[in-house]
Amino acid sequence: MENIRNQTKNFFLRILNIPFAFLMHAIDLIMWPIQKIIGVRNMPYIFLLPNLIFFGLFVIIPLVANFFFSLSSGDELLFAERELPTTKQYDQLFDCESYLNPNTCTEDFFWRGVYNTIFFVVFQVGLMIFFSVLTAVILNKKIIGRGFFRSVFFFPVLLSPVVVGLIWQWILLKNGAFNAIIESYGGDKVSFLTDPSWAMASVIFVSIWAHMGFYTLIVLAGLQAIPPNLYEAAEMDGTSRERIFFRITLPLLMPNLLVVFILASIKGVQTFDEIYVLTGGGPGTSTSLIVQYIFTTGFASSGSVQNFGLAAAASMVLGVVLLFLTLMQLYFSRNKESKHQEI
Amino acid sequence: MMNFKFILKAISVALVSFSLTLISTVSFAATDVRIMWYGDGDKENVPIAAQIDEFNAANPDINVILDIVPYDAIMNTLPIQLAAGEGPDIARVTDLGGLNKYYADITPYVADPSYYEKSFGPFLNWYRKPGDSTSIHGFHSTMTVTGPYVNKTLFEQAGVDLLGPGATWEEWAAVSIEVAEKTGTPIPMAWDRSGHRVSGPAISMGAKYFDSSGDPKLVDDGLKAMTQMLYDWHQAGTMSKDLWGSVSGSKYHAPNDWWNAAEVVFMMSGSWQIGRFANEVGDDFDWWAVPAPCGPAACTGMPGGNALLAFNANPAVGKVMDYLSSKEQLSSFIGQVLAIPGHLDLQVDYQTDDPNAKHALNTFAGAVPTIDQVAFDLQAHVDNRIMFNAIISRLGQAIVGEMTMNEAWERMDEDVEKQLKEKYGG
Repeated sequence: MENIRNQTKNFFLRILNIPFAFLMHAIDLIMWPIQKIIGVRNMPYIFLLPNLIFFGLFVIIPLVANFFFSLSSGDELLFAERELPTTKQYDQLFDCESYLNPNTCTEDFFWRGVYNTIFFVVFQVGLMIFFSVLTAVILNKKIIGRGFFRSVFFFPVLLSPVVVGLIWQWILLKNGAFNAIIESYGGDKVSFLTDPSWAMASVIFVSIWAHMGFYTLIVLAGLQAIPPNLYEAAEMDGTSRERIFFRITLPLLMPNLLVVFILASIKGVQTFDEIYVLTGGGPGTSTSLIVQYIFTTGFASSGSVQNFGLAAAASMVLGVVLLFLTLMQLYFSRNKESKHQEI
Repeated sequence: MMNFKFILKAISVALVSFSLTLISTVSFAATDVRIMWYGDGDKENVPIAAQIDEFNAANPDINVILDIVPYDAIMNTLPIQLAAGEGPDIARVTDLGGLNKYYADITPYVADPSYYEKSFGPFLNWYRKPGDSTSIHGFHSTMTVTGPYVNKTLFEQAGVDLLGPGATWEEWAAVSIEVAEKTGTPIPMAWDRSGHRVSGPAISMGAKYFDSSGDPKLVDDGLKAMTQMLYDWHQAGTMSKDLWGSVSGSKYHAPNDWWNAAEVVFMMSGSWQIGRFANEVGDDFDWWAVPAPCGPAACTGMPGGNALLAFNANPAVGKVMDYLSSKEQLSSFIGQVLAIPGHLDLQVDYQTDDPNAKHALNTFAGAVPTIDQVAFDLQAHVDNRIMFNAIISRLGQAIVGEMTMNEAWERMDEDVEKQLKEKYGG
């Protein structure tokens, strides 16, 4: 009886195995001759090859092409039809009488983008860290509905930047929801998105709202990793809450805050989509960041010359900034790892 | 066991070979013709889709694929596709001269080339490369003329008479402010945020756009006068900064939402809005198109329009062009979308009972003979978009206080010079 059962089981297993067997044999047909030629030791490279091909195709080749575009000029797309090599685009980007006054620069839109980006990153990252810590500290306490609130704060992170931009446009427009509330209390309408003095503040606020949940989560993880006995000891010593926060919580959170700072800075420098939807970079150029300059110069010139070379040169400059930030992140995270190992 | 393995291997080889054969065997039942089309909503998209369906049904050997895309895709994506050699066969284009290096000559494939010359003669040169006077690349889908509309109901409520032909821009601004004040309307004037829209009035003020040798020369006293006027209107509240200030660069933005909500007395746009207003405004208020206001040099709007142009030349493309440009199809299309025909000899039965739309169609059609020659030359110039974009992006910056008008004018000329250098070298 047992024998029959085993035979039946084996039969069904064999049937189920047929598709896999086909597949394996089909792969064998390709792999076997390759292994014969290059040997078993080199086979891992073959398995890495598909990923390397995609990485090369979509990252390395565009990167190299971008570099060569930045050293070329003309309005043609194909290299064969472009003037190459030339440093004209970099000369144009950096041609300024005074770097502090964009109006004196040949590419004043680029420099306005640079200054707007610096302003945006400084305030967005600074405020984001502040509010993330504040929110994480509150969410780390035993409050009613803690799980719910954690989800609520994280929810905007899941939204597409275009959706974020559209939602806040409806709220902040002159005829939007927020102004309706202001008016209902007898106030005057505010041009949150079309007044240069309000527009940057509005986009910083929206950006913080959209991304804060992610950084709050990182800080929250850091808070939960702090040993509770430190707090117990401090309480037994009668230490004030402020002193506990500044002498225990904040120092032990520093590695997490550093990660938050660098990640948020990288993300901040790359910001484009939600601002493009929200204000289109306006009014004037007051919320136009570097990435928007690259986009409009290269791809959205509305009938003007699509200057791929200039856009590529600007993106190389942006790439250098991002590389610097990434190296900083790597340095600090390795530093943190080695300290952990020492402990 | 060996036999089973052998059979598996044999079947695997057969499967791999079969798959490869399938992949490499390509067969077409019909020739595909891809059209990239932007439309002003269903008003334009539904009639063209119906015409394409009819064509496909009558021509089983040709399969026309209609890709309806946003206007931004025509302006920004299409040029890149074409530069990469991946464009559609036909597209509906507004930057008529700007893409001329990609147009294909379909003369050998159309049934009667003389029909195109007779029907669309003056417009064909807008598509051709300089020096070319014979190629046929397509046809004008609709012609447009820029010009203003007024909210007639607000004028009546305010007890202010509409101005007649010959009224100046200053006079129109004054009555618009008067009507706004008397009726409590928030915005006396609103213009499309577009360099093309600014250009007709600028030509009326004396702008020439070209130097004596015919090369672009943007800033002169005429352009300065008009742009200064626009700047002043924004500072004085005659125009709201919320429209032109709400985006950056050369991005187009129209005040339709405000217009539809009757928050604007006077709106500067063009004939393509007629169908839209007829649908969206309906009976809410009476709206009229009025003659182009005057400056010292002229009383002109800008001509324009969109054309269906070919990027591939083959018999199927020729057949599709013949069909869509035929009097019957074009008349039906224009009649439904309430536009001015680009066809010189077309009887159109406009499908509307709206008196506002009928009046506007008559006004804009009557404006065509009064269009200044400079406006025609500018519209036909291959680099006109470079000039339009320079005007709007720099004027926009000046309006929100990023630079003075003197700096803006200086920048406009520099922008044009810089872009022409990039395009033509030197």
